Amino acid sequence: MKKKLFFLIIYFLFLGPLSSSDNKTELSEIYKNLRCLVCQGQSIADSNSDFAATVKLVVQDQFNEGKTKDEIYKFLISKYGEWIVYQPTFSKSNLLLWTLPYFIFIMGGVFIFLIIRKSKNNKAN
Amino acid sequence: MLSNIGIALVYLVLIFSFLIIYISSVDLKTSSQFIEKNIYKLSLFQITFTVLSFFTLIIGFVNSDFSLINVYENSHTAKPLFYKIAGTWGNHEGSLLLWVNILVIFSYLFLIFNHTHNKKFRLYTLIFQNILILGFLFFLLLNSNPFNSIYPIPLEGLGLNPILQDPALAIHPPLLYVGFVGCSIYFSAAMASLLSGYAGKLFAQSIKTWVKISWCFQTLGIIVGSIWAYYELGWGGFWFWDPVENASLLPWFAITALMHSLIVLEKRNTLYSWVIILCLSTFILSVTGTFLVRSGILNSVHTFASDPTRGIYILSFLSLMIFSALIIFFIKNKKETYNFNLKSRETFILANNWFMVFFLVTVLIGMLYPIFLDVLTNVKISVGPPFFNIVIIPLVVPFMFLMAIGPKFGWVKSQNKIFYKILFLILGAIIINLLIFYFFGKYSFLSNLIFIAAIFLILYSLLDLKKIFNNKKKFELPRIISHLSFGLLVFFIGINHQFSLEEDFNLKVGEIKKTNNYEINFKDMKVKENKNYKAIIGNFKLTDLKNDLAQYLNPEIRIYSNPETLTYEAAIRTKITSDLYLTMSNVSRSDYYNIKFQKKPFMIWIWISALMIALGGFMQLILKKNED
Amino acid sequence: MKINISKIIIFSFTIFLLSVFWLGLKINHNYDTKSLVGSKISKFYVTEINNENQYISEEDLKKNKYTLINFFASWCSPCRAEHRYLMSLSNQNKEIKIIGINFKDKKINANNFLKDLGNPYNFVGEDTDGKISISFGIYGIPESILVNNELTVIKKIIGPIDQVQFNDILKSIQ
Repeated sequence: MKKKLFFLIIYFLFLGPLSSSDNKTELSEIYKNLRCLVCQGQSIADSNSDFAATVKLVVQDQFNEGKTKDEIYKFLISKYGEWIVYQPTFSKSNLLLWTLPYFIFIMGGVFIFLIIRKSKNNKAN
Repeated sequence: MLSNIGIALVYLVLIFSFLIIYISSVDLKTSSQFIEKNIYKLSLFQITFTVLSFFTLIIGFVNSDFSLINVYENSHTAKPLFYKIAGTWGNHEGSLLLWVNILVIFSYLFLIFNHTHNKKFRLYTLIFQNILILGFLFFLLLNSNPFNSIYPIPLEGLGLNPILQDPALAIHPPLLYVGFVGCSIYFSAAMASLLSGYAGKLFAQSIKTWVKISWCFQTLGIIVGSIWAYYELGWGGFWFWDPVENASLLPWFAITALMHSLIVLEKRNTLYSWVIILCLSTFILSVTGTFLVRSGILNSVHTFASDPTRGIYILSFLSLMIFSALIIFFIKNKKETYNFNLKSRETFILANNWFMVFFLVTVLIGMLYPIFLDVLTNVKISVGPPFFNIVIIPLVVPFMFLMAIGPKFGWVKSQNKIFYKILFLILGAIIINLLIFYFFGKYSFLSNLIFIAAIFLILYSLLDLKKIFNNKKKFELPRIISHLSFGLLVFFIGINHQFSLEEDFNLKVGEIKKTNNYEINFKDMKVKENKNYKAIIGNFKLTDLKNDLAQYLNPEIRIYSNPETLTYEAAIRTKITSDLYLTMSNVSRSDYYNIKFQKKPFMIWIWISALMIALGGFMQLILKKNED
Repeated sequence: MKINISKIIIFSFTIFLLSVFWLGLKINHNYDTKSLVGSKISKFYVTEINNENQYISEEDLKKNKYTLINFFASWCSPCRAEHRYLMSLSNQNKEIKIIGINFKDKKINANNFLKDLGNPYNFVGEDTDGKISISFGIYGIPESILVNNELTVIKKIIGPIDQVQFNDILKSIQ
């Protein structure tokens, strides 16, 4: 019984990411990750502007051509700069942005660990 | 006329602040056990004049007295009375006066309600608080005076941004400001504690209530802002990880951490230095947030008319605050020895703080990194929702597990009999998650974990709740409600995120659009003249193809005249199980309209759970007396 | 106060943080795509507004010493304002070729626009749905891009060309 459940869980867990993407949601996910350059902090998905409408058309075209999300982002970055994507690229200049939060988290963990270990020593004495 | 009265009142407050600082420092040296009576009197005068000055400004707004630049720029005679009043704090200068009011009110209340505490500590708190008041008063008088007059007097005002003419947004700023500026009092108290040596348990007791009050107001303020964004901005989202929203989260994380570690300080008399650091950083983060939002250094949806000279002032003030806090902390702070056992409640509270600091740091880095990159390398990048979701969400999973089991551990050290209970509940959570997954749809691995953790937290809290009704330990109730609601909030947001329907298309009047489950018929359109705007109202017939149920939705495009602005009002149909959300907007140079249709499951439950988190806080304020 | 390394680190970090804020106040926060000057324009293909069989591509630009690609529309009033500078540019200077790309416009209106104000363009391309504008990195009308015969972008003018911009263009092509 437990074994069966285990396999069931594994099955669902790994099936999940494969089947979750249907085209429409993936497109709107792309729109949401693009910044509307002519608006105040709005995404392409949220904006009613001319620019947003045009970008949507182009993204749709490229998506239907079979380009991946990352290829579309790359294309738009080459035209408009990194500013246009809300998810910063994993590049050298963004290294600190992506790693620093986790680094601080780990340091915090180490710090707490040391406090607790030290406390036990105190008790032993 | 009003201008002179207002300015005179503000100067009086200024003078009284100086007097209070002076007399308090004299009183510090006397041997008497009690604070000198005059200080109470001066404080009472100070608070009276402050409140009067704010009322003067309100009167200016109510009477549309355009001899005040501030009223001229932010009001209009055709505005409904309610928004005239709300206009008082809806702009930079007016909100600054509100800040000063809150600073003074908290200062006074702290003075009179904490009479059982050490005299020196109270006097130092009063002095620091008045230094803060002076800082803001100088800012107000030198740079952002709401009482500045204009001549010749204009006949009509420029009007308030229509997007701000909304009941939720009228009460949002005061709530948030009480939350943010309320933090000032334990900033002052922390400095006072360092200087007077009034530390430990007693210090914790003196600031406990104030921390809770500001936490409640901040939480409520953030929720109201989010509700406003949901129905007013017209994009169907409720949290955008926008710089202004992030700025409000920073102090919230710090204060939530503080609220928890304060319990440790009170019960176990340890973690004093850490509590002090949190007290200081909560207010520093509030001011940092203000700086980032109002100096125009960040690019945001929420338009604040920004002005670099303002930025320079707040930045100098901020630097002064940070350096004096650092120096006093470094001089006065003593090394503590800690005694923590792994299986104790205080360790779990430490873990809570650990996660809170992580969330805080992530949001802070996400906000500041683009500025740093721009200044140092001239590269402009955007850090938006995907970044925060990717970095933060995975760690919400263990966080919720800790949140469930942490409070079950006793102080100092406890035996664990709860291992099997945990195992049992995790299994239950996994099964419920699999049922949702199996019957309603597929989602990713991470979402599975989120659901499992949220359900676990909910189940665990429900069991706790049941126990309380059996053994009547009422003081645990607020905590359980807040924790339970957090679990529910994450759960409903998850469901909402996974099962939302979203359609985006263009329609002309008379056209019909069919989607998988709905048929949307753009029947007609009419124009309606209102007092301060003209509305174009669309009439949409929405048919649910599954059960053939038809309903009508009426989104609007509003054309406000003062100032000339377009806003898009969503048509929202709220039900217990889901919200239907429809917006229309004009497509330029064509007779098509862009329609966004969304079905958002359990939207109302997101608000309910969020409000219940705040409710837990308010209950703690009220129930506290019964516990003692 | 005893001075140790961690205190020094915290102090210097705070000073660093605050000075970045201070510098941040002085820079311009409105984003534009000017940072892309110096990059190369990619392949493109634009058909003539009145003749679908006629087209222009990046190969044609290599023949010109300088090319100014100008996005315009009859419904955009700043475009009208900048038009006289385009006219005098095409009259004065023979080294520069001007390509106009008509953005989200009706053919009749565009033709009337050029009839009324004169036609400074060596080629008028058509971009009915705006897709071409994206491949040039355009986000508002009018916008102009100056490229050399190696297809490198030398200058981007966002918004209408005025006297200052006009002189700048003349300077860059000398």
